[in-house]
Amino acid sequence: MRIKDIAIKNLLRRKGKAAFVLAGLVIGVATVVAIISYVDAMTADINEKLEKYGANILIVPRTDNLALSYGGITLGGVSYEMQEIRQAEVLKIGSIKNNKNIAAVGPIVLGGVDTGGRRVLMAGVDFEAAEILKPWWKVAGAYPRSNQALLGSEVARVLGIATGGTVMVDGQPITVAGILQPTGSQDDQLIFTDLGTAQAMLGKSGVVSMVEVAALCKDCPITDMVRQISGAMPLAKVMAIQSVVKGRMETLGQFKKFSFGISAVIVLIGGLVVLVTLMGSVRERRQEIGIFRAIGFRKRNVMQIIFLEAGIVSFLAGLIGYGVGILGAALGLRLLSDSHSSGVIMDPALAGSALLIAVTVGLIASAYPAFLASRMDPNDALKAM
Amino acid sequence: MDFITADQLTRAYGSGDSTVMAITDVSFMIEAGEFVAVMGESGAGKSTLLSIMGAMNTPTGGVYTVDGIDVYNLGQEQRADFRREFLGFIFQSFHLVPYLNVIENVMLPLTTVRLRRREKETMAMQALSWVGLETKAKRLPNQISGGEKERVAIARAIVNDPPILLADEPTGNLDSRNTQEVMELLQRLNEAGTTVIMVTHSAECAGYARRRLEMSDGRLVNNGAAEPLESPRKKAPAIRAA
Repeated sequence: MRIKDIAIKNLLRRKGKAAFVLAGLVIGVATVVAIISYVDAMTADINEKLEKYGANILIVPRTDNLALSYGGITLGGVSYEMQEIRQAEVLKIGSIKNNKNIAAVGPIVLGGVDTGGRRVLMAGVDFEAAEILKPWWKVAGAYPRSNQALLGSEVARVLGIATGGTVMVDGQPITVAGILQPTGSQDDQLIFTDLGTAQAMLGKSGVVSMVEVAALCKDCPITDMVRQISGAMPLAKVMAIQSVVKGRMETLGQFKKFSFGISAVIVLIGGLVVLVTLMGSVRERRQEIGIFRAIGFRKRNVMQIIFLEAGIVSFLAGLIGYGVGILGAALGLRLLSDSHSSGVIMDPALAGSALLIAVTVGLIASAYPAFLASRMDPNDALKAM
Repeated sequence: MDFITADQLTRAYGSGDSTVMAITDVSFMIEAGEFVAVMGESGAGKSTLLSIMGAMNTPTGGVYTVDGIDVYNLGQEQRADFRREFLGFIFQSFHLVPYLNVIENVMLPLTTVRLRRREKETMAMQALSWVGLETKAKRLPNQISGGEKERVAIARAIVNDPPILLADEPTGNLDSRNTQEVMELLQRLNEAGTTVIMVTHSAECAGYARRRLEMSDGRLVNNGAAEPLESPRKKAPAIRAA
């Protein structure tokens, strides 16, 4: 016979009360777990989309612009001391500290060309990188090889050229390998060729107009990477394209804070349920505690019994609460989120935290009942029988 | 040598004009191995005296010593240790813990004692065997009769081999056959060396004792005459707290 035997047997006898305490804690823990899991899943979803979004860092030549605008009307700008990006510089991007977070680097050279009387912007790109940087591209036909072109949908429409046709660029015939389906962006109005071809045609060998970088920002802050690239390419201006994502992340952060507040209140209520139930239980067990004290149990032995009971129920509540919370988050994602490419993440740290929260709340809530039980006068308790 | 001494024990409840004297100036001495019956009408102060002797009710005056220990000079936790090591309690209403089976109820006083589970079980089975209930060790209290419950309570009281047994109306809820069995058990325990102090209304039960303390209105009116002891006398506690 040990203290824990008494605690376990009492819990088994008072199943209803134990279940009530369990339910109070399970609701609290499950709410916390569900909210955290839901928010984590949404964050993962956003991160995943961010990676699919393509380029999220843009590198352009450093210029000193004087904005000429008045009354909301932009009159143009004056650029001077324009620096071009040397292609060799682009290789330095691969040497930054967070280089493992770089998914793709896409140098682009831009320049105007003549296509039979019409001026069109030509872009030389690395098509391998473009597949990662512009995952939304859908090509009718094939990606071009050397001396071939990919036409934006508007260019193809205006010039009346179909896949397999030929377009005259600055008097040189170039075969159209594919046509980009409408993207709703500036890409629709460009002629794309591979980087080398464009550099040769535009007379820009060894230089690029800009560089797009796709960074995997799940594990690192994008601002760190911008700083690192700026360090590696001091003559270029490095910008993060993160405003939309940042806005969404901020909204999620606010939701997270609000949810934590709600969770804290629910956990507090769970703790109060434990407190009230155990207070009632201690009063009901007055006779039993009187017997324990009469036959030589010390105060701490009586407290051990109450704490053990609360600890066992709280531990179970932590386990069940975690399971229920994960199921709740999965259900929430299914019902509330229109996109749930990322499922609920089974996080061992969250499971541990759930157990810790449950046991801590259970033990704190049982401290006062345990204290009262230990102070019970055996003579009064036995006289009350 | 006197094993238990009560020197002008007084217990008052309340204060001022509403003070009620439960016992007043009660003094007596009990030798180790005695069988003492405390008698008196209802409200005479018997149960108060027994609770004081059980180290559970601090007197408002007087000194109570056991084996030279001033019991109420001990701290609360030391008194809990004293109860465990020196005393066995038998209550009128049995006071078995309903969710523990017979052997677990008997093992209760050993819960906080540093012994192996098997040793505790052996001690509990010996105590149960002593009261003739070894075959009902796994039954719950609600599965045995009133007489059996009282015998389980006796087994629980003696499992740690205490030198003093305090019994509060141990046969109050029993029929005559069970009363006789319980009294014979107490007598055997006393013959084995245990000091037995029993509160009772019953003259028949008091007949098993060798000495009677009679109380009236909170005062000891008859100190009783101790008979010479022939049985062994148990003084030292058999076990120590964990």
